[in-house]
Amino acid sequence: MNIVVCIKQVPDTETQIKIASDNKSIVTDDIKWVMNPYDEFGVEEALRLKEKFGGEVTVVGLGPKRVTESLRTALAMGADKAVLITDDALEGSDSLAVAKALAAAIKDLEYDLIFTGQRGVDDDMGVAGASLAELLGIPHVALAVKVEVAEDGKSVKVHRPVEGQTLVIESGLPVLITAQKGLNEPRYASLPGIMKAKKKPLDEKSLSDLGLDSAQFGQEGRKVKVLELTPPPERAAGKIVEGETPQEKAAELARLLHEEAKVI
Amino acid sequence: MDFDLKEEHRMIRDMCRDFSQEVIAPRAEEIDRKREYAYDIIARMGELGMMGIPISEEYGGSGGDWVGMQLCIEEISRGDVAFGALLDVTTSVVAQELDVFGTEDQKRTWLVPIAKGDKIGAFGLTEPDAGSDAGSIRTTARLEGREWVINGSKQFITNIGLDNASLIVTAAVTKNPEKGTRLISTFIVPKDAPGFILGNRYDKLGWHGSATHEVVFDNCRIPEENLLGDPARGFAQHLTVLQTGRISIAAMSVGVAQACLDESVRYSKERMQFGKPIGRFQAVQFKLADMSVAIELARNQYLKAAWLKDQGRRHTFEATVAKLFASEMVEKVASDAIQIHGGYGYIAEYPVSRYYKGAKVLQIVEGTSEVMRIILSRELGL
Repeated sequence: MNIVVCIKQVPDTETQIKIASDNKSIVTDDIKWVMNPYDEFGVEEALRLKEKFGGEVTVVGLGPKRVTESLRTALAMGADKAVLITDDALEGSDSLAVAKALAAAIKDLEYDLIFTGQRGVDDDMGVAGASLAELLGIPHVALAVKVEVAEDGKSVKVHRPVEGQTLVIESGLPVLITAQKGLNEPRYASLPGIMKAKKKPLDEKSLSDLGLDSAQFGQEGRKVKVLELTPPPERAAGKIVEGETPQEKAAELARLLHEEAKVI
Repeated sequence: MDFDLKEEHRMIRDMCRDFSQEVIAPRAEEIDRKREYAYDIIARMGELGMMGIPISEEYGGSGGDWVGMQLCIEEISRGDVAFGALLDVTTSVVAQELDVFGTEDQKRTWLVPIAKGDKIGAFGLTEPDAGSDAGSIRTTARLEGREWVINGSKQFITNIGLDNASLIVTAAVTKNPEKGTRLISTFIVPKDAPGFILGNRYDKLGWHGSATHEVVFDNCRIPEENLLGDPARGFAQHLTVLQTGRISIAAMSVGVAQACLDESVRYSKERMQFGKPIGRFQAVQFKLADMSVAIELARNQYLKAAWLKDQGRRHTFEATVAKLFASEMVEKVASDAIQIHGGYGYIAEYPVSRYYKGAKVLQIVEGTSEVMRIILSRELGL
């Protein structure tokens, strides 16, 4: 069973995000970059399936050279090979453009399953996985918390929680599944794994290597444009309602809700 | 000149940091309070390959280097220094001594399970009357037929109380077979050897998750081939691996000090006094700033010493500086961390009291601060 896992590199969830002076992007200096946590669930699931069914796990990442580190982490966890799509023209691309580049890199690979995270924890768009499936012409099952591949390796049942119930979706292969929290507990990369990772193949592909037109990528190629980033509004200080007795306090509260907050 | 860690080093550091913060740190208070040996955590460290980072794959290790090992020890100690002590002894000292001085058979039999983490190694030099004056040990070994018979006792033996501790690499006095002069030789003593007696567990100030016991050899019999290395150079062999152990103590000190700083920064942002977080007061800010300076310098120094070792270069001065500076630094940093926490710092509910108790002994193990100064004086030609 050959499995592809798409990996995005995102700011560590503990990073304090600062908005850049253009009001459209974030300051990337001093950010610690990590593998998107939802993609990590995908890597773990792929490795478990490989342990059961054999085959190869290929991880595909996209972005600047630093993304190599996240791909190496996946290789250290046990993936077999990696592909990095890297090209200056990709800077500023939207989710659809990312899916196009991923599709171009994946279409010639042999795969039975593709995992992506259900969304990146940076932009929270949740679009790349579904778009990729569409571009590859394969089914897409979102938000998996359990993946059961049939013993014959020909179909898969995917569990997804819906409003306190579980929806079980069956699909033939190949299929793209997006992973979410609860699917598994990702392993730590072992020391021998880390040492072996540097010897595993990691191919770099530019847009022209993939036969893509760079005009469709980057800021210019965006279908979705970011107009402005704003920090969450600062919370105003609270107000303590004064009064001698509970009745007085209640009356004062009612007055404030009516006259100041204007909610009653 | 290049101060960047290699990619593999960053990956080792990040993985060990995640493991330490997610698996060890949440358990550290309980382990310390109950004085328990957390076999499940030790087993996972072994499975992840932490006990064999600088040992070649051929002998069960990961084929990494000493920079990687010491980074691992720093991060693990940041979660709980007792596990850093375990790594220092089983890998930096015991695995290295077997790796460097062992025969092929000894490596196959004893090193492989230790590098894999299936078994844990212990090391015995110190005796009741031989601490800093380690050359004055009295434990003896004499050859009877095809067996060595060992008599004596060893003090403060880290790891030996663990159920899966397999052996102690120990120093004993032998005689030059021709001249009859006094030699110090090194032996591999399996824990199940006849006459090996596991003595009392010490009630220590800190490091309660670390299995430190006394060991007694009462006509302890081991096969002749358990002599490790050159019988005339046992003491020199020990000093070789202890030098690496000193880099590990520096890494442990940095790990504990970093944990002190992490907690103090967090607390300074939360604790309100006089209407603002205490971190807004310069008295607190300056303490935190000084802590960060000391930690940065100590970290650079242990990494430099480890890097020199990986280059196969002499590093007596650098390792000694790292050990002395880092272990003195961490006691001050831990003390300041408690000061910043005020009364809360002195109670077990906050981790800085545990860090403080764990800091002091770093100035003693693998050579006291005083011995470090003696070594440095010699390096200065005095």
